[in-house]
Amino acid sequence: MRRIEEAVFKALMVISLFIVLGSLLAVILVVVIRGAPALTLSMVTQVPQGGFYLGKEGGILNAIIGSLYVATGATLIAIVIALPFAWYLNQYAGKSRFADIFRAILDIATGVPSLLYGAFAFSIMLAIGAKTSLLWGILTIALFITPLLARSFDEVIQTVPFKLKEASFALGATRLETVLYVVSRQALPGILTGILLAFGRGIGDAASILFTAGYTDSIPTSLGDPVATLPLAIFFQLGSPIPAVQARAYASGIILLAIVLILSVVSRVLTKRYMKYVIK
Amino acid sequence: MDATESVAPEIRVRDLHVILEKREILKGISVEIPKNRITAIIGPSGCGKSTLLRCINRMIDLVEGASVTGEVLIGNVDALSPGIELTELRRRVGMISQTPNPLPMSIFDNIAFGPRIHGERDSKTLDATVSRCLKTVGLWNEVHERLYDPAAKLSIGQQQRLCLARALAMEPEVLLCDEITSALDPISAKHIESELLAIKNEYTIIFVTHILRQARRIADHVIFLYLGELVESGPAAEIFSSPKDPRTKEYLEGVFG
Amino acid sequence: MVRQKGIISRRYRDLIAERAVLIPAILVSVILIAMVIVFLDKASPIFITQPITTLLFSSSWHPLSGQFGFFPFISGTVWVTLLAMGITIPISILSAVYLAEYAHRRVRGVAQPLIDLLAGIPSVVFGLFGILLIVPLIKEQIAPLAGVNSSGYCVLAGGLVLAIMVFPIVISISYEVIRAVPTEMREAALALGATRWETVKFVVLRKALTGIIAAIILGFSRAFGETMAVLMVVGNVPIVPQSVFDPAYPIPALIANNYGEMMSIPAYDSALMFAALILFVIVVAFNILARIVLVRVYRKGV
Ligand SMILES: Nc1ncnc2c1ncn2[C@@H]1O[C@H](COP(=O)(O)OP(=O)(O)OP(=O)(O)O)[C@@H](O)[C@H]1O
Ligand SMILES: [Mg+2]
Repeated sequence: MRRIEEAVFKALMVISLFIVLGSLLAVILVVVIRGAPALTLSMVTQVPQGGFYLGKEGGILNAIIGSLYVATGATLIAIVIALPFAWYLNQYAGKSRFADIFRAILDIATGVPSLLYGAFAFSIMLAIGAKTSLLWGILTIALFITPLLARSFDEVIQTVPFKLKEASFALGATRLETVLYVVSRQALPGILTGILLAFGRGIGDAASILFTAGYTDSIPTSLGDPVATLPLAIFFQLGSPIPAVQARAYASGIILLAIVLILSVVSRVLTKRYMKYVIK
Repeated sequence: MDATESVAPEIRVRDLHVILEKREILKGISVEIPKNRITAIIGPSGCGKSTLLRCINRMIDLVEGASVTGEVLIGNVDALSPGIELTELRRRVGMISQTPNPLPMSIFDNIAFGPRIHGERDSKTLDATVSRCLKTVGLWNEVHERLYDPAAKLSIGQQQRLCLARALAMEPEVLLCDEITSALDPISAKHIESELLAIKNEYTIIFVTHILRQARRIADHVIFLYLGELVESGPAAEIFSSPKDPRTKEYLEGVFG
Repeated sequence: MVRQKGIISRRYRDLIAERAVLIPAILVSVILIAMVIVFLDKASPIFITQPITTLLFSSSWHPLSGQFGFFPFISGTVWVTLLAMGITIPISILSAVYLAEYAHRRVRGVAQPLIDLLAGIPSVVFGLFGILLIVPLIKEQIAPLAGVNSSGYCVLAGGLVLAIMVFPIVISISYEVIRAVPTEMREAALALGATRWETVKFVVLRKALTGIIAAIILGFSRAFGETMAVLMVVGNVPIVPQSVFDPAYPIPALIANNYGEMMSIPAYDSALMFAALILFVIVVAFNILARIVLVRVYRKGV
């Protein structure tokens, strides 16, 4: 009886894991198989030409570049805010209650759906009369990924052993020097992973910038221009009744997937590379 | 800094009380530590040896809620005075801890860390400092070809010598050594001992140890602590041959601790 | 001698940094509070014109004639989320237990990066997957099997897509808490003659339970707020779904599809902000709940 129960549950576990990994494979395979026929070089080298949305010439370079602009800008802003935030939590707040309160706030902010950050940013835009633009796209994504980033920085920095800080203080370093040159150094692999994850979230999110970034067929030349992004390009092309355009949506899906995949590989490589100075 | 600091950095501890979590850990310690000698602090586990050391470079500040009163004069600067520049104090008073704690960077950067944060930017000077300190601790021959390798790759014994070199790089006047050989193999421990002996004429070294034979080997001066009190202190020869206090005698005979 | 330049500036730099690092912490907090204020402010007109019970429990959604009954959207959200969690919870926990307790190191080494990868896939791609595989599958295979007609764009499609999206969240947190159960506890049970599974069931899972609950709550709040993937496969018809084969219109989809489009009807905008407020409040409540549970876990020292 005991044996049977164990065998049954073990089988269920294996099946579950297969379902999980299988669905991952299914997601990738389905998108790749259906998108591959429409994936041409011009997809990634051209902006939409006349009649693109009717199935004619062109590509989605505008959205690829747009996504990179938006995600890069947002990630930079997020780093500038999140890194000091994590320093504060781990170096300056000590064991004070403020650290607990700010961590709780961070947790809540992390859980707020990206859509709501978009709605919030759009409300502000309406209030001040701003137009949809690259700048607002960046700001909206930054709103959404900053808490994520701060939380992941906080988590890696918390794991930095106390004895390292002690060594640094004993050499006469100030708290700032300790956090800049010792703590951040030790946490570097984790910090890089966090940044790439946040960048990936920024590139993949559509709900937040639906209202704020606008959409355009050209590559933005200033922060005030509207900007197209990959997820929205997929979404809009899917809405077309023309099969050729829909097929391009699938191909755009491959491009988005490829970016995510590259990010995850780069993250692994970087982590390995910067692990070598880390004290275990 | 002002000229007065160049006066002998003989350490004078006066009526030092430390209270941690409502327990009095040090109960009014008064003792003098001679300049450019090795002073061993001995005593049973938990008697407050590490706490005493941590008062001298104010690492005790990292313990939340610690209350410290009294005076710790280094030269004629009171290490406990609230207005003191901690970074400068810790530059003057180097510390090596029980387990080696290399920083997450290369061998070179570990040693250059101290001078760098204290304002040294010139790369030639840094190179010179690094090689001088590595030579002093006898590590130069072992590592000079891989100065830019991670410090974490060194063996434990090498790491501890690196930590010693790192402290020396700040040109301190005092070195605090808290059981610095206890995590090492006998050979590495011997290395460290002989290096301390070689440099003792330039530094005031305070050395905590549980190994009486080690204290006998290297100490010029001995301080015996027991349950947070100073029982006896004096020249090593005197303490080891004719301790005045019965508790010292019992400890040396291995009755407790 | 080491140069002693700039001691004062070092100390001041540290003190300035102490103040400066507070700014981001306050900024993030202020933004969160500002969101509540903005949503409340913009939603207030609809509060004033309609009683909150009507808003929450009426099914009549006729924005043009000023009727804003959110019940179809609320039930759409609840249906899709519950279905997704019903699928996710057992599969994720079983997978996590397997990875933490049974799997060979090599299996773990393969599975973990893949699960991380799954976590990184953008929601639009999941939506695409839903449209390409799940929707036709439901339309042509599953619905006929159940003897109903369905376009495929329905609660079931939304639930399935969402379930896959939530897998990595629940799995990775559960895995962490299970691994955090001390080995001695397992050994104690095994030494008493328990089988592996009994050890897991009576010792490990019991010890990790609160952490797993927290993982589930976090997965829940993620599912609740997910927008694009669901929007793409769920049909977006403002009716109260009667079965999993009916279309639904969850709240996030409602906001995403309409906010900013109907500026000429101020009440509509206000209603959408009311919807945003509902989402916000529920997600925050779930997060606080998860936090309370997790704090209890840490106190108990799993
Ligand atoms: N952070 C702390 N909080 C509270 N009590 C502490 C703390 N650190 C040390 N103590 C207590 O202070 C007393 C002295 O500790 P200390 O580390 O100075 O002893 P020690 O003589 O160095 O012992 P050992 O030889 O074992 O290293 C001990 O009773 C210890 O329990
Ligand atoms: Mg000690």
